Amino acid sequence: MTGWQWLALAGLGAFHGLNPGMGWLFAVAIGLQERSRSALLRACAPIAAGHAASVLIVAGLVGVFRSVLATRLVAIGGGAVLVAYGLWRALSKRHFRWAGMRLSAAQLASWSFLMSSIHGAGLMLLPVLVAGPAPAGHQHVAAAAGASLWAGAAATAVHTVAMVGVAGAVALVVYEVVGLSILRTAWVNLDRIWAYALLGAGLATVAVAVAS
Amino acid sequence: MTLWKPDPSFYPSPRQAVSAPPEKLAYLAAFDRSAQKPDAIAVLDTDADSHTYGQVVGWTDLPYVGDELHHFGWNACSSALCPYAPHPHVERRYLIVPGLRSSRIYVIDTKADPRQPEIVKVLEPEELAKHAGYSRPHTIHCGPEGIYVSALGGANGNDGPGGIALLDHTSFEVLGQWEIDRGPQYLAYDAWWHLGHDTLVTSEWGTPSMVEDGLVGELLLGRKYGHAIHFWDLRKRRHQQTVDLGDQYQMALELRPAHDPTKDYGFVGVVVSVEDLSASVWLWHRSGKEWAATKVIDIPAEPADPALLPPILQPFGAVPPLVTDIDLSVDDKTLYVSCWGTGELLQYDVRDPFKPVKTGSVRIGGIVGQVPHPAAPDQPLRGGPQMVEISRDGRRVYVTNSLYGSWDDQFYPDGVGAWAVKLDADPGGGIALDERFFPHGDDFRGRRVHQVRLQGGDASSDSYCYP
Repeated sequence: MTGWQWLALAGLGAFHGLNPGMGWLFAVAIGLQERSRSALLRACAPIAAGHAASVLIVAGLVGVFRSVLATRLVAIGGGAVLVAYGLWRALSKRHFRWAGMRLSAAQLASWSFLMSSIHGAGLMLLPVLVAGPAPAGHQHVAAAAGASLWAGAAATAVHTVAMVGVAGAVALVVYEVVGLSILRTAWVNLDRIWAYALLGAGLATVAVAVAS
Repeated sequence: MTLWKPDPSFYPSPRQAVSAPPEKLAYLAAFDRSAQKPDAIAVLDTDADSHTYGQVVGWTDLPYVGDELHHFGWNACSSALCPYAPHPHVERRYLIVPGLRSSRIYVIDTKADPRQPEIVKVLEPEELAKHAGYSRPHTIHCGPEGIYVSALGGANGNDGPGGIALLDHTSFEVLGQWEIDRGPQYLAYDAWWHLGHDTLVTSEWGTPSMVEDGLVGELLLGRKYGHAIHFWDLRKRRHQQTVDLGDQYQMALELRPAHDPTKDYGFVGVVVSVEDLSASVWLWHRSGKEWAATKVIDIPAEPADPALLPPILQPFGAVPPLVTDIDLSVDDKTLYVSCWGTGELLQYDVRDPFKPVKTGSVRIGGIVGQVPHPAAPDQPLRGGPQMVEISRDGRRVYVTNSLYGSWDDQFYPDGVGAWAVKLDADPGGGIALDERFFPHGDDFRGRRVHQVRLQGGDASSDSYCYP
């Protein structure tokens, strides 16, 4: 992967981290409920783990597919999935509806995993993941798949560190400085922006693959 | 239906909701006891600067007769900001209005013209019966993942158990029965929750056969009405614990949990003790890992000349206070208690919830007192303070006078009348009737008035996930 790909993965991580629905808001709520900043910080770990797991599945699948199929095919197929998913997110009025306030670390990680997955967090990385040449070694599929998985894991790690860094920072700033009233004015409808981002990423992936 | 920014009437915490602007309008459930005319939602002007202040300025008749409107609520509220199921870009615009007698549920849109709300959907009783197995829908609460509807009765030929039906909060379709494991719970009435503790609380009145034709003396003296509250795991939808107040404490009705989600206590009102006709308010709280309830307010019956009493009370020679509603201010500091029998509204300082301190009292109506409103001092009033609602800032208190058609007729056989009043609450304690606010009688076109909801939310409409 090139420098700009790592940068893009980190940038998307920051974008995901900003979304209150991806976890920082939950961390703030836990901190307030427990009246403890360290409870807030502790909550960031399972939130990051759940997000990483969700992203890793997509990154891993892309890697494995690329090692057995032409990159172009993976890009077009993946791009189509992304467009369909973006449309569904844009049109759907449903929202996440499981869980409660008192979650164990494992439950919080599962919540984060489900929340990231239904929002298509991993899918949004697709254009970055399919850019650039596939790992060499088509004659040894197993070895190539292994290398792809490692690349996927590295991509997930970079993305997640950026995500949880931003989410944790936002959570701390809201908890310590600006307070909850910020929610009333600054909480724009990210679900809508998010859906358009998915659509755009899908269209771009397909366009680039077709043009190349 | 989705907004770019959160609905401005949503507040993350009760601390912030207290700074909400004063309500301009109030919605009232009005019903025709004779079931000849349709029930209605009446709209009251609550803007003190308006020239129609205190008057009925809007009216929406329902398409059927005999619904008996009772309680109602909003489609969405501050719980939409909860972190685990966030959807803050929905609008608070629909009133969810059940008919307690007909089991119909109306969805009424207040957005286009807040003074002439429009019926946009009618859920027939068959849908509630088919999907949830309930009838006689009662209390409405907007939860993080759907609209909760408590219902008094069973369906499909069953008198009970009553319980909670869940409605989808975009389509308003009945999603199903909320309970996965109801344990020993059979009677139902109110339901509310501690969102910060994943705990739901329910209370007990009676099944439809026990209440629809009036209070049944044998059931009351046989201590058969509800006298327990139930605690549930809100997430797993399972019954956890029953706290029995004692079977002399008949009819444990309104539940008012602390709004602060870090707190785990709340108040429940008991209508009458069969031992001495007193009424009481109880505090539920934790005791170790278990829930417990402690009586914190006791209101004695008032002796009276039997000649002045309705037949149902003549043998006792006393007026029971009949605490039929209580309401807790958004800041959890003040509790209001309605005594529908004696005609008194009481105000308590509950900053220490175990030791309420009485800070105010106003007499209006009442079985014997029939105390008039200062705006019409020559006009005796029947009925008493019943449903009580507090503005979010805690400064204004609204009260209506009808309890429930058949029960009105027993306790006020000469006609309960129809009136709504407003009181100004002094932040330092004390309440006084607002002389400019007294819609009554013909203002309500022959209907009785049951519950008030304030535009933008009130003390019993919203719940919060942040302290």
